[in-house]
Amino acid sequence: MANIAPQLYALLVFMVIGSIVAIETRNLLSAVISVSAVGFALSVAFLFLGAPDIAITQLVVEVLVLIILIRGTILLDNTAVDTHRDTLAVVTSLIFFGLILGFGAMIFGSRGFPEFGQPVMRVSKVYVQTGLPATYAANIVTAVILDFRAYDTLGEATVLFTSILGALALLRREGKVSREEVVAA
Amino acid sequence: MKGMTLIVKTITDFVAGFIVIFGAYIVLYGHLTPGGGFAGGVIVACAFILLMLAHGSDVAFSKLPEKVAHVMDSAGALAFLGIGWFGMTMGFFFMNSFGRGEMFKLFSSGMILPLNIAVAFKVGSSLFLVFSALAIFRRRSFRAMIEDELA
Repeated sequence: MANIAPQLYALLVFMVIGSIVAIETRNLLSAVISVSAVGFALSVAFLFLGAPDIAITQLVVEVLVLIILIRGTILLDNTAVDTHRDTLAVVTSLIFFGLILGFGAMIFGSRGFPEFGQPVMRVSKVYVQTGLPATYAANIVTAVILDFRAYDTLGEATVLFTSILGALALLRREGKVSREEVVAA
Repeated sequence: MKGMTLIVKTITDFVAGFIVIFGAYIVLYGHLTPGGGFAGGVIVACAFILLMLAHGSDVAFSKLPEKVAHVMDSAGALAFLGIGWFGMTMGFFFMNSFGRGEMFKLFSSGMILPLNIAVAFKVGSSLFLVFSALAIFRRRSFRAMIEDELA
């Protein structure tokens, strides 16, 4: 664990604090801004971890989501959240959190975690070694997502297409009322 | 929604074109430098969303009409699938069957560049459509349109 930059620890602490603020605050606009601060810190953390592709995508999507959420928030009349806690929900989430930790300890406890930055590279070794000669793309990330795993990207594009179609069909009010109804009213 | 102040409008006029150019760069050089179709498409969509926020919806829809955005959205998805099927004619689905070109040059990596452009069209136009749906359609109901027409 020695090769993690100390700045990364600071970013992680910042993200945890931002998430807690986003959950606990009473104002919806403050919660939106806290979530976005966590997202921007995550983008910087990706840069520290050496993943500029993910950092660019995270940054750009975060800006767009911030604009959309703020627009949606200021259109509301009442932006105060009433935060009364359901005891059953708290107990259930604590139980499931404990179960996840327990199973994680069962799986990784016996053989130990792999060293940070030293993952098991059984599949990705092939991509790293043959990426440039097989595809002639200098950016290995693009070579993987659009050549080796292009089928996955097709599925991703299909999901995006279908969700946008559904969102547009639900959000637009045009066409919900027929012309005759309005004239008759 | 008539837009924001004159300062914001002027700055937007200066900046919006450069944002589109930067997004196109991110898309076209996605196989050489960090970036790619998704990020570049979102950047281009952000330029049009900036136009819509600063100038109002009429100006943004005059630059990129809603119908055109719908067509671009569907065309991007179909082009992605079509490139995959073109690989099927040469061997297998999504086979990299175009010419490879010269390493580290713009036209180098076969089907990766056209796939990036297809993804960029798809993502950019669909995010623009979602934002316009959230911001515009709520304010312009069909009932109000017909009542205006009748009045």
